[in-house]
Amino acid sequence: MMKFTSDHEWIRVDQDSATVGITPFAQEKLGDLVFVQLPKLGAALEAGGAAAVVESVKAASDVYAPIKGEVIEVNQQVADDPTLVNSDPTGNGWLFKVRIGDRSQLDKLMDEPAYQKLIADSH
Amino acid sequence: MTAVQSPTQGSAQAAAPLKRTPLYDLHIELGARMVPFAGYEMPVQYANGILKEHLHVRAAAGLFDVSHMGQLAIRSRGGEVANAATAFESVVPVDLLGLAAGRQRYALLTNEKGGVRDDLMITRMDDRLHVVANAACKDADENYLREALKGTCDIERLDDRALLALQGPMAESVLTSVTPDVVGMRFMDVRAVSICAADCMVSRSGYTGEDGFEISVPLAAAEIVARKVLDNPHVAMIGLGARDSLRLEAGLCLYGSDLDTETTPVEAALEWSIQASRRAGGAHAGAFPGAAIILDQLKNGTPRRRIGLRPEGRAPVRHGAPLFADLQSRDPVGVVTSGGFGPSVNAPIAMGYVTSKCATAGAPIFAELRGERVPVRIAKFPFVPPKYKR
Repeated sequence: MMKFTSDHEWIRVDQDSATVGITPFAQEKLGDLVFVQLPKLGAALEAGGAAAVVESVKAASDVYAPIKGEVIEVNQQVADDPTLVNSDPTGNGWLFKVRIGDRSQLDKLMDEPAYQKLIADSH
Repeated sequence: MTAVQSPTQGSAQAAAPLKRTPLYDLHIELGARMVPFAGYEMPVQYANGILKEHLHVRAAAGLFDVSHMGQLAIRSRGGEVANAATAFESVVPVDLLGLAAGRQRYALLTNEKGGVRDDLMITRMDDRLHVVANAACKDADENYLREALKGTCDIERLDDRALLALQGPMAESVLTSVTPDVVGMRFMDVRAVSICAADCMVSRSGYTGEDGFEISVPLAAAEIVARKVLDNPHVAMIGLGARDSLRLEAGLCLYGSDLDTETTPVEAALEWSIQASRRAGGAHAGAFPGAAIILDQLKNGTPRRRIGLRPEGRAPVRHGAPLFADLQSRDPVGVVTSGGFGPSVNAPIAMGYVTSKCATAGAPIFAELRGERVPVRIAKFPFVPPKYKR
């Protein structure tokens, strides 16, 4: 199951854990990434709290945690090659995984049709 | 995800309707992302993106629309260009009397405190001076110059002209194939040239560190000339995003970020723009706004100095980041004024100001980044070797 935030993060749930990244729309808006700062393993994230930073040539952007959770894995590949986020934002360009801290928070996130509508409306 | 830092320079001012350059339709056709910049709707990038655009300029040739910049013609009331040069020397610490016709110079428009109102390109033509000013400063510059040169010069605002920049190692072959009239020009030469039957003024200069040209062209012919240049398969249209990373790699200042009314030419390490004739003991020394302060700083130095910075990690250090001498000290020794990623350097680069006693190339200092101090090294300008055809 994949859910989305209004800040253009996606979260994919797999049993007790979830993977987080930025959406294709977000990477397109940012342009070529040149730096990604990932959260520290074991960091306790709160829903809506700053979790990672993605930087293009021109600007730095915060990535927020869609839900509460503990960081259990980070994608070292995107730290080494930030353009992976551009080329495959919902696949190999994932950023970090969390152990789900509050499953009910997932219900407040958008499903794919709702997110696509948000993007369409923002144009 | 949201932008936590974006360029402060040139952001939209008030709610005045944005102006468009004559290349607006071309920008849209080429997939430009348009942003407000100094009152204009300008292309920050095209479909290829900033990284590829930047590298294309360094490898081949890029065409920039810089029509938002101000162009002024300065003529002496009597018609003698030497008199206009003399008059204009009263507002810039630059030798214009000694500037030959058809030559251009970089100049700082100073204020009484020795600060910088704007940075300009000044060309001496046979009958006039031609001045190119920053978009955000052009109205204020014009008003100031009308007052400062009152009684000696007439100032004509050239709103009927666009400005294009063609930059990169292939710029010469590209422009030569469009007009043979530019053959033999060297860095900072300026010529009246016909391109696509339009009366253009071409300078061999730019703001990327590359060889290249700037083309002042009548508005009505701007799109024709731009399309003619773009017909060459080696040329790509380049947005303001890459223009910013190119000038940063070249160690060049962005007015409003790296230069302002509180910063002197000597603090900004731009004393090379002040010729010997305008310095103490020169044939027409001083007699420009802030001369006492600037001449004193040329002799005795300044408390702070503009320097290049190379962050040691991969994280870019950006505008506004405070600089510290070490990990512990409470008071900063300086601040980053421009910073980002240098695509040709393939690493983060920045420039800023530090106290002069810290301003030693190679010295390690620290920038504060998201609450942490990260090591950065003071570096010499430019970050990439300049390619000017002197």
